[in-house]
Amino acid sequence: MAGVYRRLSRFYRPYLSLLWVSLGFLVLTALLQLAYPYLLKAIVNRVILGHREELLLPLAGAILLASLAKGICNFTQAYLAQVFGARTAFDLRNELYRKLNHLPFRFYDEIHTGDLMSRLTADLDAFRMFFAFGINNLLNLFFTIVFSIGMMLTLDVRLALLLSIVIPVLAATAIRFDKKIGPVFMAIRQTLGRLNSGVQESLMGVRTVKSFAREAHEIDKFRDRNQAYYDANIRATRLWRTFFPAIELTGNLGVVLILLVGGWLVMSGHMNLGDLVAFLSLIWYMIWPMSQLGFFLNNWTQATAAGARLLEILEQEDDLDASLEEVDRPMDGLVEFRGVSVKLGGEYVLRDVTFTARPGQTLAIVGLTGSGKSTLVSLIPRFRDVDEGAVLVDGVDVRHWKRESLRRQMGFVFQEAFLFSTTLFANIAYGRPDADVDRVQEASEVADAAEFIERLPDRYLTLVGERGLGLSGGQRQRASIARALVPEPRILILDDATSAVDMETEEVIQKRLAARMGRATTFLIAQRLNAVKDADEILVLDGGRIVERGRHQELLDLGGLYRQIYDMQFRDLEALRQFASACKAEGER
Amino acid sequence: MARVREVQGNAEALLRAPFIYRDDEALEKKLQLSLILRLASYMRPYPKLIGFALLATGGNLVVTLLAPYLVGRAVDALVGNRQSHLLFEYAAALVALYLLNFAASFCRIDLTNRLGQRVIQRLRDELFVHVQGLSSDFFDARPAGSILVRILNDVNSLQDLFTNGVINSITNVFTLIGIIAIMFSLNWRLATVALVVVPFMFVLSLRLTVQIRRAWQQVRLRLSRLNAHLAEAIQGMRVTEAYVRADENQTFFEQMNRDYMRTFLRAQRFSIPFGPLVDLTGALGSALLFWYGVHLVHTGVVTVGLLVAFANYLGSFWTPISQLGQLYNQVLVAMASSERIFQYLDTRPTVTDRGVVRELPPVRGHVEFCHVTFAYQPARPAIEDVSFVARPGETIALVGHTGAGKSTVVNLLARFYDPTSGEIRIDGHDLRSVSLDSLRRQMGMVLQETFLFSGTLMDNIRYGRPNATDEECIAAAKAVYADEFIRRLPDGYFTEVQERGTRLSQGQRQLISFARAILADPRILILDEATASIDTYTEHLIQRALKVLLQGRTSFVVAHRLSTIREADQILVFDGGRIVERGRHDDLMRRRGDYYKLVQAQYRSMMEG
Repeated sequence: MAGVYRRLSRFYRPYLSLLWVSLGFLVLTALLQLAYPYLLKAIVNRVILGHREELLLPLAGAILLASLAKGICNFTQAYLAQVFGARTAFDLRNELYRKLNHLPFRFYDEIHTGDLMSRLTADLDAFRMFFAFGINNLLNLFFTIVFSIGMMLTLDVRLALLLSIVIPVLAATAIRFDKKIGPVFMAIRQTLGRLNSGVQESLMGVRTVKSFAREAHEIDKFRDRNQAYYDANIRATRLWRTFFPAIELTGNLGVVLILLVGGWLVMSGHMNLGDLVAFLSLIWYMIWPMSQLGFFLNNWTQATAAGARLLEILEQEDDLDASLEEVDRPMDGLVEFRGVSVKLGGEYVLRDVTFTARPGQTLAIVGLTGSGKSTLVSLIPRFRDVDEGAVLVDGVDVRHWKRESLRRQMGFVFQEAFLFSTTLFANIAYGRPDADVDRVQEASEVADAAEFIERLPDRYLTLVGERGLGLSGGQRQRASIARALVPEPRILILDDATSAVDMETEEVIQKRLAARMGRATTFLIAQRLNAVKDADEILVLDGGRIVERGRHQELLDLGGLYRQIYDMQFRDLEALRQFASACKAEGER
Repeated sequence: MARVREVQGNAEALLRAPFIYRDDEALEKKLQLSLILRLASYMRPYPKLIGFALLATGGNLVVTLLAPYLVGRAVDALVGNRQSHLLFEYAAALVALYLLNFAASFCRIDLTNRLGQRVIQRLRDELFVHVQGLSSDFFDARPAGSILVRILNDVNSLQDLFTNGVINSITNVFTLIGIIAIMFSLNWRLATVALVVVPFMFVLSLRLTVQIRRAWQQVRLRLSRLNAHLAEAIQGMRVTEAYVRADENQTFFEQMNRDYMRTFLRAQRFSIPFGPLVDLTGALGSALLFWYGVHLVHTGVVTVGLLVAFANYLGSFWTPISQLGQLYNQVLVAMASSERIFQYLDTRPTVTDRGVVRELPPVRGHVEFCHVTFAYQPARPAIEDVSFVARPGETIALVGHTGAGKSTVVNLLARFYDPTSGEIRIDGHDLRSVSLDSLRRQMGMVLQETFLFSGTLMDNIRYGRPNATDEECIAAAKAVYADEFIRRLPDGYFTEVQERGTRLSQGQRQLISFARAILADPRILILDEATASIDTYTEHLIQRALKVLLQGRTSFVVAHRLSTIREADQILVFDGGRIVERGRHDDLMRRRGDYYKLVQAQYRSMMEG
């Protein structure tokens, strides 16, 4: 586990000097802390009992001065450590973000947003806290105890040894308590999580709940979880209610012990009263830090575990080989697949796919769910690599293209139209942040987004995304098509990008795309055959293989899978045709 | 276009902002007596808990006040005539006091936490039950996320106030008064000198806590923006990678990150001095105490023990003072949260069982709309003067463009809203005269987006009829052709559905909701067909399943599929909130009116091709 800190050392090493200085001040603070009991002793012994009143003012002044000096040292050590932690966290956070921006797509298929977020927030903070005060707390505890015992020993060896017995007892109690509270905290977090997700579900599905009149059921579910959360909190209370009073009692009994034993020593003349008074205040310097030993150690283990989870992200390997990437030039848009196969979990999802799409052509890909359509198009911008064969763009293997150059010249519209929290303008210009207004409007026009955008009160400045205006699925899809067009890509990939728009709009978009100047090589995945009928070539995929290819009419005549899909979709249409021809006949008659 | 140009000059920043994150609602509000009283009323049901908690804190208070005095007397016993028996007596008394303190602390922690947790639990319960009972207008007006924040975060933020704040602040006030009183009664001159610093402490504490609070608010604001961006960046990472935006985003993020770090360290610069400053004022008090106290000892006015006791009393001042400062902050935060919570609690459902309502007797399925008008916002009717009759068992297709009023008809029929004027009758009963529960129990709804609850698919199918057996659920799934794909899943009917049902395709989820509806076997069915295209095979299943589902019940379908529309007994064509045409498919086609145009527009290209 110690390897965690070594592997993460590049983040904190540049700032280690801050830590060293901080620790220096920490030792000074721990020493200056002893000034008060020392001065107390002096006042009692020398001024009160020894009647040296001329020492009173200097000693009282010294109390103030020592406190001032201690305050300055304490502030310095704590602040420097915070700076150390914050800088380390700053670099680490930047690096994590950079890493996330370059992780392979596979990574995002496997991981949940919630899990990743908890690493970036809770884990990063747990790691930071150890650097920002965890190390200092542990060392402060150590120095305080050592110095306190040291001073006690100089005051009175017998009493010091007697009190030292308390330390291991306290340490054991604190550590045991921490072991017990760990699972309880976990239970609190878990029950809260369940409560949250339950409430979330009831609210998200409120229409379903109401339409089946199941409100009572949702309330029961909620009450169970609310009770479980309460119970978990009470479990924690049961631990707190003994722990803190017990620590306090230990200290208090220590005071009584000092009074009795020390008192006896004083009365028998083996000890000064001032020493006894110093003891009375020293004991608390040991009690409070010791009671927190469990927390401090826990902070350390948490940080180690958190660091390990952060390393899992940082040490994710890029599964695409970057060593051959060198081509960076303008693209024509010629795409070739040569005997391409892709395996997922040992099974072929694409097998021996070969085709060529010439610049400006439209290639449609049709097939049932799971036939490999999305995998096929994801190879072109190199979201993943082939297992066999090769994908070439302009005659160059995509693995030889500079990834940025490859992707900058392509527009990819995902099935799920994701918009960021910003203006519609910035969203559409996402691929070219410096794009001018005309270009964004033109792209919106083609994607049939301009019309609805113009009708919004703030038009292109409308805020969308999480807290912005909720757009419909179809509107988001149109905006994301516009986004793909702004960089004027040479290759445009529409992965079921019009699923949420109606057929009429889909038509409009396709016509405008086709009519665009200097059009891109277009790959089109669509469920409705209506959308693909004008393509230059249609590939029909089944089980990862191309089973049919050709133009719309050819494929219909072929009478294979394409025909079957067509028939399923357009039985209605046949009826309409019949109706139309019947009307025609009626009219002619 | 002109408009964009025009704003381009002054809103270039807005136009080019890579990301924009709006801040949360107000974090705190000014003190408001009415809110405080209303919050306090939540503690009323627990007089015993409060009473015993106060009693326990009273125990702590006694020890806080007496222990330093006894320690002082013990010290005096040492200096004076070496009265060892006195020393033992004081020690024994101290042990007794400390044991009492232990017991009191034990009870106080237990009772105050119980009290706080109970209050929070009840408040959350009340809020959830209330919100569940609110009408659709409430849910339609705000995103689920913001409601969630109220029920969870806003309620939780009151937790500290109720668990520690209230009882502790009462104790703290008494502790302060008690210490001052006891010090003055022991020796008023020494007390005056020692306590000179206290008002200074108090002001310092209040000032600092306010400063610290504000600084941390800035930190929280920035942190929530930072996290909002992170969450979004993760979800949109595919887009970022595809559009090669990593560098721009990195610049944006680093700036945000730096801003956060600076604010954070600034807050630390306010927070860290708090401890040392407390210490320093304490030291000032001690220095004054000794400087003046030693003279008093030497003149025989006070004993050494009293001096020691005073030093201890002075040490017990800080905790209550700083806790009172914290309480002030807690209350400010509570004002903001509770105002939002009460705002929800004061919202009344618009659709309720008003006056005398009867159970709706078993329905035959005769549905009648009589001159129904409804407006979501005043003066902008969504439907106007809509009248139609559906006979038992008929299928009614509602067609028209988006916003023509189809969904409104459905919303009114399910009584998510009540009509502004006109009447809706089922078997002759006005909807408003029967209980909501009895109405909705006999009505089924299939929404455009299927919502799946976490749990197994079996549980989800059973949702509309909780007492159905597994066999009945499976039979329902079979009837709507959902059985086949469910069986192919690794855990079949016992497959756990993830949040929002991500693992199933939209078409499959729709089949599940068909099964849910057919199992509930409603006499009246409302079905909102999904517009999104579904993969061909599933689409084929859905079309077949629809026939089964619609059979034998009065059905209202917001229809997009021609196949569904063609088989409807009645088609209602909506435009601008009115019915513009009605009839069967063939008749309407022959009439070549609005319906004909609608169908033409949808299928033009394919008919040509």
